Formats: sequence, structure tokens, C-alpha cells
Amino acid sequence: MPLAVVTHAHADHAVPGSARYLCAAPSVSLLRHRVGPDAAIEGVPYGEPRSLGEARVSFHPAGHVLGSAQVRVERGGEVWLVTGDYKREPDPTCAPFEPVRCDVLVTEASYALPIFRWDDPREVLRDVHRWWQGNSRRASVLFCYVLGKAQRILAGLSELTDRPVYVHGALEPITGIYREAGVRMLPTLPVAETAKGRSFAGELVLAPITARGSPWMRRFGDHESAFASGSMRIRGQRRRRSFDRGFALSDHADWPGILRTIEQSSARRVLATHGYREALVHWLRDRGTDADLVGLAHPTDPEGD
Amino acid sequence: MQRFARLYEALDATTSTNQKVAAMQAYFAEAPPADAAWAVFFLTGARLKRLIAPRLLAVWGMEATGTPDWMFGESWSAAGDLAEIVALLVDTQRAGAPATSSGLSLSELIETRLLPLREADEERKREAVLSLWRSMSLREIFLVNKLLTGELRVGVSRTLAVRALAQHAALDPGVVAHRLMGSWQPTPQGFAQLVAGDVHDADLSRPYPFFLASPLEQPPAALGDRAAWQAEWKWDGIRAQLVRRGGSAWLWSRGEELITDRFPDLRAASESLPDGTVLDGEVLAYAGGAPLPFSVLQRRIGRQKLTAGILADAPAAFISYDVLEMDGRDLRASPLVERRALLSQLVAGRSDRLVLSEEVAGESWEALASLRSEARQRGVEGLMLKRRDSPYRSGRPRGDWWKWKIDPYSIDAVLVYAQPGNGRRANVLTDMTFAVWDGGELLPVAKAYSGLTDEELDRLDRWIRQHTLARFGPVRQVEPLHVFELHFEGIAESTRHKSGVAVRFPRIARWRTDKKPRDADTLQSLRALLRPAQAVHG
Ligand SMILES: [Zn+2]
Ligand SMILES: [Zn+2]
Repeated sequence: MPLAVVTHAHADHAVPGSARYLCAAPSVSLLRHRVGPDAAIEGVPYGEPRSLGEARVSFHPAGHVLGSAQVRVERGGEVWLVTGDYKREPDPTCAPFEPVRCDVLVTEASYALPIFRWDDPREVLRDVHRWWQGNSRRASVLFCYVLGKAQRILAGLSELTDRPVYVHGALEPITGIYREAGVRMLPTLPVAETAKGRSFAGELVLAPITARGSPWMRRFGDHESAFASGSMRIRGQRRRRSFDRGFALSDHADWPGILRTIEQSSARRVLATHGYREALVHWLRDRGTDADLVGLAHPTDPEGD
Repeated sequence: MQRFARLYEALDATTSTNQKVAAMQAYFAEAPPADAAWAVFFLTGARLKRLIAPRLLAVWGMEATGTPDWMFGESWSAAGDLAEIVALLVDTQRAGAPATSSGLSLSELIETRLLPLREADEERKREAVLSLWRSMSLREIFLVNKLLTGELRVGVSRTLAVRALAQHAALDPGVVAHRLMGSWQPTPQGFAQLVAGDVHDADLSRPYPFFLASPLEQPPAALGDRAAWQAEWKWDGIRAQLVRRGGSAWLWSRGEELITDRFPDLRAASESLPDGTVLDGEVLAYAGGAPLPFSVLQRRIGRQKLTAGILADAPAAFISYDVLEMDGRDLRASPLVERRALLSQLVAGRSDRLVLSEEVAGESWEALASLRSEARQRGVEGLMLKRRDSPYRSGRPRGDWWKWKIDPYSIDAVLVYAQPGNGRRANVLTDMTFAVWDGGELLPVAKAYSGLTDEELDRLDRWIRQHTLARFGPVRQVEPLHVFELHFEGIAESTRHKSGVAVRFPRIARWRTDKKPRDADTLQSLRALLRPAQAVHG
């Protein structure tokens, strides 16, 4: 593509190969990490309009991960808003979601079922902390997505302790970018640089889910495993995937959050993408809202982006 | 209630038996006896009788949260557990004002809120349930829903619960297990009895914990000298203990259900025994010196009223194979060979409804193997091998008792329907229906749940979702393309099944990726299996 307008740096929203990229200013470093050091990336401050042909384009905080944005496009008097991924809960690593009015809303629907509602994330992080504290004789391995979720956990825990956290190599460059952006987080130690045979008892380890079951895990011996994802609200998901604990911590909007966002947008037409988009469209149509599907269906676990 | 909910989550969360025991022990140490008693009730696998039908729970949940039918269905696909979906819906709907905890204790909840609903009409039940939901946290609502529908299952085995209780009370697990048998009640007194230091208690009716055999997975020659082992037929009936004490008699099933009243025709046989006797054995339908098929006994069990006609069609007998108590003395520590000698004397000539389980001769393992191949004709499930010098143990410790079953029946059938399971695999299509050919049509003959690995299940789950022809609620009709080898333990005529046959304990043995649907079995070949099972008994 000659020009890609990017909501955030997750793999399903940003791919290498475009001639130019436009994103929210705080997203530039993460996007560069994703699409390559030589890419032509221009960061635009939140709220500042930019002309692209006949359209005026601006970025507005989506509260999803560092630099994530909703993209507002105005052309011929009509306003479209593409939310990208977003959430309405507080997150110390990024600017909070900002409601934007529009005519046509393109919303994500990763968790668009009325069984999904998130507890206050500060409470969830207190649970994570208690779990870690309670495992004094074994390592606590917490699996999470490496861009966003991991840093949100490190930032949230920094309110509760100042103990360092061990991290998998995949987390390091991204966590470094967050630190450069001024996000306050717990100190991190690379697992790879610890001495052979060292005990991880009582330590917290953050790792991508892909590390699960890999030889990399052997060094932790007998350990407690947990997963931080919105899907962990479902008991069957926790049990089926045999985690010792599941923490329902999501970077996507829950059901009340999606409905509130649609209402606040005052859009006359809603297009849904990701996850349970069919359910959301059905629900909105039953209530007389003009709604339709857009984009591709999503993999079952939406915490991967 | 909060405390029990935390215990439930701790047990649900970990797969480590040590951690489960530690969690239960901690609970027993801090819970008031009234709550601990109910916890024991659930942890040992007992359940409350269903207070409301699952369907009603769903309807009330939808009404209370304004959730339409179709949306409930979508939620079902995502979570797969009714009690949980209703709890989640209620919890989501009150966003912003989540209830923290009801403050009710477990025993208060059960005794003052739930049990009184037994007598209530539907409207009062509904009001009570909605008001409980309003006052409770998410995890409490989930447990209450499970209690209401009589489906609360806790993630521990009975043995593990007994171990935790024994460690808590510093008692031998055998003592606790024995105290829990029979008519134990979940009351503070009941709990006090369980953990009391005095071990000379004897409830007259109480049976002993059963000794369960393990399946023999290696060739019998691996057991060593044939002469060290006693061989018996493995009877296909109801495992039971016959307890004769204080002038009365009780018959206990292995599920610790008192079944004395179901078998009035065994009363005379039991009363012919001297006081202070406990026998271990099997209840069978038995006529003319030979067992009748299990389905005959099953028909009798299904009847509310035992008419003279039924008793005549399916006369019961107690085939006894061990004596656990004689003259009021616990014999379980004596070697089997001694117990066996006492048993033959004890049982001989008392009643034609009290039969000694004969030893099967077969002097070498080879000879025994060839006798075993006749098992199906004899209407038994195979052989039992018991070490002659072994004590009567409790539970399923390996090494002394083996069941050497005949190979199961086997057919190749085509997958035609699938639906999500419950519990651990709530989101995966694990409950599958299989069909065989009848003329040009596939006729469903068996529903099987287990046998595939998680990987195979996941692969199949993806395939099914892509090849669904039609949906009926949670049930998906799939393209009939995949063939599976099913094993089952028995087969009988059935008027309740469209195929005219019912198979017992079907399970998936293998995914026959090498076979095409046209290679699957026919109803005719399935019916042919009926014959050997019935031949002996005419
Ligand atoms: Zn996404
Ligand atoms: Zn994303």
C-alpha cells in the first residue's frame, strides 16, 4: 500500500510493506519495531487533523495499548470513526479512551457478549499480586501478550511492590520502548541472563503464551501457571487450558463498554469487526440500529492483538 | 459461603493433589462445624436433590437480565455451562454496582434458603432465587445455581476428601471412610462424629469401604506364579455388601446407597446369616444356577413398584466372594485364603439366593486364558484375579486385585452429530453421536464422550465447526465423513432407541482416518452381536 493509516502496532493491525505509515505520535516507536527500522512513519499528535486528499483524518486515544488510536475520517460532511481495538477501563500505560461522535462507527466486537464484563483492573492486579506473594516456594509464571498486556501488568504491580520481575526475551524490546515513553513499571530482569541452575522460587515471570510447553520453561521446574486474558472470565477456558489461575484482564472493551461507546458515538450506522461481531450486529438490529458486519472474523482468543 | 466459594475455586484451580488436600484441610480448620459438615457432603460426592429444572434457571436468568433466547444460545457456545452463564449474565447486567458477598454461611444458605424451597411453588422459588442473585457475588451466584439444579460437583475424588479430613482430625483415613459410609448426615453433630478421637464407634448398619480392582494391562504371566492367585468370574451385576448385625440386615451398593428395599427377595437369605457378618459380593438376576443378562436386572431397578411378576421374571441372588466380618470380628487384615475358607463354610447350604462365587480352576495362565474366552457365553465380564495372601484393602490400590476383562465389543461407526460437553471442555464439541448403515441410511446407535486425546478433539472440533450441516440448539449435524472405532461393554434389545438396540458404556477407541464412511458397520452386523450375549439364557 502507498499509505497505511494505523490504529496501533499489534500484528493484525500493522503489517510491514507499505510505502508510508501514519499513526498517533506515541505509537511511532512501537510501529517501527513492528514494521522495520527503515519504514517511513509519521506520527500525528492526538486530536490534530491531517488532510489526505479530500478527507480530514485525526487520531483519538483508544485506551488499548501505548499509542493506540481511533481514526476519525471526515469527508464531504460525513464522519466515520474506526475504533481499532479499544477498552474503557483505566490503564496507566496509555491515554484513556476518548468518546468521539460520528455518523458511521466501525467498532471492534472481540468480547461482544453479555457474559463479558471486566472487574476493576486494579482489583485484578491486586489478585495477581496476592497470587505471586502466595507462591513463595515455586515460580509464578504469568503468560500474557507481549505488547501491551505485559507492560500494563508491570505498571499496575508497581503500585503494589517494587520487587523486580523476570521476563522472557520477547518482552524486552517492547518493555524498553514503554520505558522510553515514560511509563512507570517494575524493574525487569531477563530470564536468559540468569545464572544456570538458579532457583526462581517466589519470583514472578512474564512470558508469551508461545513459550508454554517449550524447553525454555524447564528452568522453572515445578511452577504455578496463570494466564492474563479476558477469556479467563470463563471457567471452562481456564480449566480447558489447564492454567492454575486465570486473570480476567483484557485490553478489549467488555459488553457494557461496547454498548456505551456505541451510544456515546451517536452513530446512525454501526459496523462490527472481530470476535462476536455477529451477535453485536444481531443485538443492534433488534433495537432498530442500522448495523452490519465488516472485515474478517477473528481468532477465538482475541487477547493476541 | 465466601469461604466455601474460595475453597471451590482453589480446588478448581489446581491439579496438584497435595495442594487440593492442603486447601481442604485449611477449610476444615477454620469453617464452623455446620458449614464443614455440608462441605464434607459435597466433597465426598453427595448432591442435593434438584430444586429447579435447568430450563427454569435459564428462563429466569434471561428474564432477569433482559437476554433474548438467541443471545443466550451465543453465550452457551462461548461458556457451555448453564449455571455459569446465568451467573455471568447477572453479574454483567448490574455493571457498576457489583454485590460483594451475601454474608450468608454455607449452612445458612442451604438450610434456611434452599431446602425450604422444596415445598414452594414456582413463583415463590423464582422470587427467592432472584433475591439471592441480587445479594451475591459472581462466584456465589455460580455455586447457588449449581446447588439449585443439583449439579454441584467439586473437583476432588472422595478418597482425597477423606484424606484431608483424616489429616485434619489426625485419624486413619480408613476410620474416616468407615464413618462416612451409610447414613451419615451433614449436621454439626455429624461432623463432630467424623473427626472425634474415639475410634470404637460402630453404627450397626455401616458397611466397609469397598476394595476395588484395577484393570489388568499386562499379560497375566507378569503376575508370577499362577498358584499364588485365586481366579473367579467377573460378574456383571451390582457390587454390594450384605451387612447382618443386631438382628437386622442391610444391603449397600458400591455407591453407598442402601438398596435393601429394592431386593425383598434377598431378605430371607440375609436373615439366614448369623449376627455380626459382613459379606462382599454382587447382586445379580439369577435363575437356574446361572446369571441373567444385566439388562434384566436393570429393568427391575427401573421399576417403582416391584410386583410379583417382576420378582418372578428377574429373581435376584447375592453371589458372595468375600467375608469382611464374622462373629463381629473385622477380618479384613487376614489373608484372602483364610477369609475364603471361612466364607465357603459360612455360606454353604443357607439359601439358594446366597451363592458362593466359585473359584475358576485353570491350572496355568494359558488354561485360564482359554476359559476367559468363554466369558461372554457364560454372561460374565471376564475374570477376577486376587492374590491369595492379600488383605482386604480399601479404595483402588494396585497390585492385589485385578480385573481381566474380555475384550470389548467393537464397531466402526460414522460421526453424525456433535455438541459441546460440560466442565473442562465446555467450549469443545466433545459429545458425539455415531451412526451405522441401515439400508441406505445412517441410523444413530451410540453417543460417546471419551476416548480421544485433547489434540484430536481440538482438530475434530475445528473440522466440525467448518462442516456443520444444521444446528438444533447446541447440537450440530455434521457431514457424515469420519469413521470411528467404538468399543462398548454390552448390547441389549431396546424399544426406546430407534435402532432397536442399546449399547452399554460406549467409548471412542480410535479415529479410523483410514476408513471411508461406506466401510462403517451396518445395523445388521451390530444386531449380530446380540446373539452370543443372549444365547445362554435363551
Ligand atoms: Zn485486534
Ligand atoms: Zn490490538
